[in-house]
Amino acid sequence: MNLSDLVFIVTALITVTAAVGVVGFKNIVHSALSLVLSFLGVAALYFQLQAGFLGLVQILVYAGAVSVLIIFAIMLVMDKDPDESNRSHAKQKYWGGLIALLVTLGLGAAIGSTIWPQSSGSLPEDSVGALATLLLGDYVVAFEVAALLLLVAVVGAIILAKGAGEHD
Amino acid sequence: MIDLTAYLLLGTVLFGIGVYGVLSKRNAVGVLMSVELMLNAVNINFIAVNKFVASSQVIGQLFAIFIIVVAAAEVAVGLALILAIFRQKKSVDLNDFNLLKW
Amino acid sequence: MESLFLDIAQTLTGWLQSLGLSAVWADFILLIIQFACVAGIVTINVIILIWLERKVSGFIQLRLGPNRLGPWGAFQTIADAIKLLTKEDIIPTRTDKWIFRTAPLFFITVAMMLYLVIPMGDGMQIVDLNIGVFYFISLASLSTIALLMAGWSSNNKWSLLGAMRSVAQMISYEIPLTFSLLGVIMIAGSLRLSDIVAAQSNIWFIVFQPVAFITYFIAATAELNRGPFDMPEAEQELTAGAYTEYTGMRWALFFLAEYTNLVAVSAMASTMFLGGWQGPWLPSWLWIIIKTYIIMFVFMWIKWTFPRIRMDHLMSFSWKVLLPVSLANIVVTGVGIYVFKWMGWC
Repeated sequence: MNLSDLVFIVTALITVTAAVGVVGFKNIVHSALSLVLSFLGVAALYFQLQAGFLGLVQILVYAGAVSVLIIFAIMLVMDKDPDESNRSHAKQKYWGGLIALLVTLGLGAAIGSTIWPQSSGSLPEDSVGALATLLLGDYVVAFEVAALLLLVAVVGAIILAKGAGEHD
Repeated sequence: MIDLTAYLLLGTVLFGIGVYGVLSKRNAVGVLMSVELMLNAVNINFIAVNKFVASSQVIGQLFAIFIIVVAAAEVAVGLALILAIFRQKKSVDLNDFNLLKW
Repeated sequence: MESLFLDIAQTLTGWLQSLGLSAVWADFILLIIQFACVAGIVTINVIILIWLERKVSGFIQLRLGPNRLGPWGAFQTIADAIKLLTKEDIIPTRTDKWIFRTAPLFFITVAMMLYLVIPMGDGMQIVDLNIGVFYFISLASLSTIALLMAGWSSNNKWSLLGAMRSVAQMISYEIPLTFSLLGVIMIAGSLRLSDIVAAQSNIWFIVFQPVAFITYFIAATAELNRGPFDMPEAEQELTAGAYTEYTGMRWALFFLAEYTNLVAVSAMASTMFLGGWQGPWLPSWLWIIIKTYIIMFVFMWIKWTFPRIRMDHLMSFSWKVLLPVSLANIVVTGVGIYVFKWMGWC
């Protein structure tokens, strides 16, 4: 086992443990903080996959913005004892666990039995530049649509959260 | 040796945890967090496949960026919806979200 | 003098390799030593900065400031540090213990990690990432989480209000901060900090981007929760904001991290707008220290001369003034680059 394998195993363990914490903690604030750790673990995995830009996007968007948004919303809607705020359904817990287990096992078996094509090339040296060329070249329409989607989402979120009737 | 299969299996485990959270959690915000976990699992797959299968270009990273954009929009709108419902119902328990059920 | 630190690093690498270590491990150990040195320098620097801040505030408010211990009161902060170190570490009973304990550690770790990419002299950069500016921005966005952790786990209304305020403020001001840096990135054509410094060898970017510099400065003041934007810890209303329940060394860690962030943001400003380590006569590492200290002095000057502004004014200033201004700056910069190319000036 060499060093990069060890790093992968450690990051993967941290990510999965944090993800288990997200669904396992009874206190929803703990779940949210666990989610931050999981996001950071995923970012570390991106760095190992030589996708440094994506790793930083992950930190900026997920760990820095999305999780803050989630924690903020949690604090605004906290209406009872925080230690009981992220309970599971009594019966659905078992059915959900069964379905999740089946999904995981099925997908895992499918992945394990597939022979993946291996490419010989290596990632472009300037992957950020390559991404930019793709984003503003072949995929410029999708890029603009994504921008529009974000704008609409922000406006919609503000209207939903503030209420459309208010005029102040 | 860590290869594509290891990354894909990790993504699968994360996805499974997300599925469990979506199906079993009572708090709407908790469900939203589980959805985020599932989206992250998908992103890992995209980037891993990009590196190991089609490594001469960065198309997988591009798709991951679009997924991140859509996920950000989804979280913003989803949390705003939860806030709006909370103002009506004074609860974030999904069992209480039964406006359409008469 | 110029290559003093580079020589030290070279000697150290040579010595490590003479011990029989492979080049990879020698580099790795050197990386750790470099990071430890930066952390140590930053910590000692904070002691000087706190003394300076008290002296500057004393000067501005027509008082003497600390003047008992040592020449001009220079040892006052050391005495304060000893006091904080020996204080009892109180963790209130109704707090969320784990989060309460990890919040300051998380805050200081994130603040220290900012220094990985800042060029501190000619060739003196721990890691020269090709996306250095982006690394700085994304790491800086993580500190909001630490404040939220501190505010929530303290189980105190002031802490929670302070944390909510600071997070709202930091997220709003992150956007103009990022956009103001975009103008510089467009001119330099690179996200690599060493390229940006190299592009300023003839003329500093503050000449091309005065609006961006002012936007960056204002947004950074808010991002650092410093006055006149120190709503999160407005002493008169919130006692100490998110830090209310912290005592002793944990509180000192927050304080340390705040000043560490201040140095990082100032060093970034001098790298992006004031030519980084470039300057005549003096060695390069001295130039960036001088520039950083000048910017930090301006930060202190502003803090002690302006009154605190109201929270809603603060938010509307970010969204209704700074954001449009920085967006307009990006458009003007883009047009300007085209005009320059069309005229054949660059």
